[in-house]
Amino acid sequence: MEDKVIIRTKNVNFFYGGFKALTDISMDFQSRHVTALIGPSGCGKSTLLRLLNRMNDLIDGTRVEGQVLFEGVDIYDPKVDPVDIRRRIGMVFQKPNPFPKSIFNNITYGPKLAGMTRRSDLEELTEWSLKQAVLWDEVKDILGQSAMMLSGGQQQRLCIARALAMKPDVLLMDEPTSALDPISTAKIEELIQDLKKQYTIIIVTHNMQQAARVSDKTGFFYLGKLIEYDETETIFTRPHVRQTEDYITGRFG
Amino acid sequence: MQTATPHASVRWRYIKQHLFFAVVRLSAALIALALGGLLVYIFLHGREAISWSFLTLPPTDSMTKGGIMPAIIGTFYLTLGAIAVALPLGIMSAIYLSEYARQGPVVRIIRIGVNCLAGVPSIVFGLFGLGLFVVFLQFGSCILSGALTLGVLILPTIIGASEEALKAVPQTFREASLALGVSKWQTIFRIVLPNALPGILTGSILGIGRAAGETAPIMFTAAAFYTVKLPSSIFDEVMALPFHIYVLATAGTHIEATRPIQYGTVLVLVALVLGVDLIAILIRSYIRKRKRW
Repeated sequence: MEDKVIIRTKNVNFFYGGFKALTDISMDFQSRHVTALIGPSGCGKSTLLRLLNRMNDLIDGTRVEGQVLFEGVDIYDPKVDPVDIRRRIGMVFQKPNPFPKSIFNNITYGPKLAGMTRRSDLEELTEWSLKQAVLWDEVKDILGQSAMMLSGGQQQRLCIARALAMKPDVLLMDEPTSALDPISTAKIEELIQDLKKQYTIIIVTHNMQQAARVSDKTGFFYLGKLIEYDETETIFTRPHVRQTEDYITGRFG
Repeated sequence: MQTATPHASVRWRYIKQHLFFAVVRLSAALIALALGGLLVYIFLHGREAISWSFLTLPPTDSMTKGGIMPAIIGTFYLTLGAIAVALPLGIMSAIYLSEYARQGPVVRIIRIGVNCLAGVPSIVFGLFGLGLFVVFLQFGSCILSGALTLGVLILPTIIGASEEALKAVPQTFREASLALGVSKWQTIFRIVLPNALPGILTGSILGIGRAAGETAPIMFTAAAFYTVKLPSSIFDEVMALPFHIYVLATAGTHIEATRPIQYGTVLVLVALVLGVDLIAILIRSYIRKRKRW
């Protein structure tokens, strides 16, 4: 089971109107691994990430070609409800985006609407998710207070806890630390190492050291194409493609 | 302390700046003065007429004496009815326009239509209400017809304000909710709408003021020249404050004799509108305090 593939993209093309943002992406994402997507701005890595839980559906005039298989099922099949997909593939965004609600209500918002109603279940789940996100000790006495009172780093861990409360299989992270200070960033990176024991994590990052530190596999994107995809160690020590080497050594241009 | 005297051009810049600030300040003061003057004028002329019996008794002696109680009640019902019609309809339309509809020519045409509706003279709404509600649907001249007509009149205000308020809710809230596997309509009702409510209420405040103060739309659809009897159902005709003022000031046989009553009625109408506004503002600030981001 170690190397089970949980998400597989097959020859995926993606268009914003007439603009082709992704070209022929075929990629396997392994279960309970951390996969990093790197590349310069506008290379399509975030687009690919948001494609994996159908968040791109929200943008008018976009079109997908090819297949995105999640446990063997094409998530772009018309019979598939994106709501079901998003319950199993959670997402953490670039900027912490807690709701203007209490910490408790932030965590229980999703599970409540998914049908969990018993107060004791919700309280248990809140404690469990906050512990998973290593935030419990900091907020256990202020669960009723607004999430907006927390620091940026705490807010981002709250957003991770909120995503985990849905008990997803996969966690997509879109530059989760780019708005945070170094200490909060270190905490989140540590957290990612913990979480990969139970979850599949796919992370977009602009920070190359971060990709090297946290990920098992790394994919390098350039101009909407997957240039190189390999073990992180290989990518950062012996890349096979010249463009990859230029990018990770900062000689890009 | 710097001793160097400012260069002439710098000094000129300061003068220009002060001049500009003075003009801006004057404009604001002028507006405040106009509003304040109006209110003071109405208050001074109207306060003599105001008494407990003026507020609680119907008019007597060919409307030259007595009170205006039926008109207060009538305006209250009409305004309440208009809001009850326009608020749900307006909010739903705004949700459709800003959340569901694919942005394109159709939505643009609808939006232009809504904006045009806001500019239509109120007498046109009165005739529309007469044609549709009073005659065609055979409601007759009554609270229902008047409330519906006023409702249509304030619909554009409410749609416009609601749309702005919905747009002001950060996109990140919607994304956060949807990414948790929450459906679109649940996202709208649980996240977007509650956060847009203060803005929507602001729009309704303007709507309430307009509905309470308009004369032309209710002239043919709801307002009675004179009736002592209070409405017992929505199919009854009522007196209304703006129409009562209009009648006393133009159509009565004792125009000069009823001046104090006219001012008194105006004062009551203004106080009523401001009172309703105040309630809405209080509700809004309460919600704002609770929901902060």
